[in-house]
Amino acid sequence: MSVKKFMYVNRKAPYGTIYALESLEVVLIGAAFDQDVSLAFIGDGVYELTKGQNTDAIGQKNFSPVYAALGDYDVNKIYVEKESLEERGLTLDDLQHLVWEDEDEDWAEKDSIRLVSRAELAAVMAEQDICLSF
Amino acid sequence: MKISIQVNEGPYQHQASDTAYQFTKAALAAGHEIFRVFFYHDGVNNATRLAVPPQDDRNIAKQWSELSKENDLDLVVCIAAAQRRGIMDADEAKRQGLDADNLIEGFRISGLGQLIEAGVESDRLVVFGA
Amino acid sequence: MTLLHTVNKSPFESNTFDTCLGYALDGSTVLLIEDGVYAATTGTSAAEKIKNASGVTFAVLGPDLQARGLEGKLADGIKVVDYEGFVNLVAEHDSVQSWL
Repeated sequence: MSVKKFMYVNRKAPYGTIYALESLEVVLIGAAFDQDVSLAFIGDGVYELTKGQNTDAIGQKNFSPVYAALGDYDVNKIYVEKESLEERGLTLDDLQHLVWEDEDEDWAEKDSIRLVSRAELAAVMAEQDICLSF
Repeated sequence: MKISIQVNEGPYQHQASDTAYQFTKAALAAGHEIFRVFFYHDGVNNATRLAVPPQDDRNIAKQWSELSKENDLDLVVCIAAAQRRGIMDADEAKRQGLDADNLIEGFRISGLGQLIEAGVESDRLVVFGA
Repeated sequence: MTLLHTVNKSPFESNTFDTCLGYALDGSTVLLIEDGVYAATTGTSAAEKIKNASGVTFAVLGPDLQARGLEGKLADGIKVVDYEGFVNLVAEHDSVQSWL
């Protein structure tokens, strides 16, 4: 199977709609196909990664812990758009600290989140073979 | 060219399924191969055989079903999304101990891997949603 | 690689059109479909933004314009395509990003 660049584009906040959850489900299944995977969080999509989500009172499943497991699925290119964070009064500190272990460097723990400007992310997007939106 | 399509929304609620259908027809007319049409999120509801829309309007599920049969298309409904929303074929209904199934002809139920495979095997993947 | 971007939301309803403009690099094409065609109408801030995005090609899906009674209100510099044209745009570009 050839290797293509897949980008999952996430622009919707969690819980108000199902897109964030079902997009993540595609990422997990897709991991088995050994493609070159990137995730992009743009606009309200950045809210998907915030810390401290507690869904008890709304009766929905809290799926935010799944993002922390992405590193184990070799999904470690997680782009977060800087302008979107800033517009929403957020910083990287408000987001989960997502990491992966680089087996080529003695399993050293590295950050999965790449904070990038819109312009930088646009350049990455332009290199993709497949852009999936939800 | 091999083209695959993803449909994220159900019939009538959003224009996504209509646009995807028109696009698919145009692609076939232009001689392209439609590798797969993958229905995700509420898109799985396009596959119900129980819809009875008004007579003077299009029947979206039937349109897809007929297009599929006429052109031997691979219309795939995601099993995870279908289970959530109650779209079942006979086998799945039996497996789940349910007394009814509702998948219209021309569609099949399968896993999310079919979407990724469609991306890998096709030249283009176009997403229709809301 | 050139991207085909599609936008299907009205520029007055959501920020999708603006977001797309932020990502459409020179040489790419933005195709307005469904409710996105409202961005192609004259006298709007959207039409101004389209005029200023000089390196990007803009197209609009004719059937969606007709459905909404907008054919007489199309801003300058925007190509009208039908579904066959939509398919051609997909084939001519390396990849598609659907802004939903």
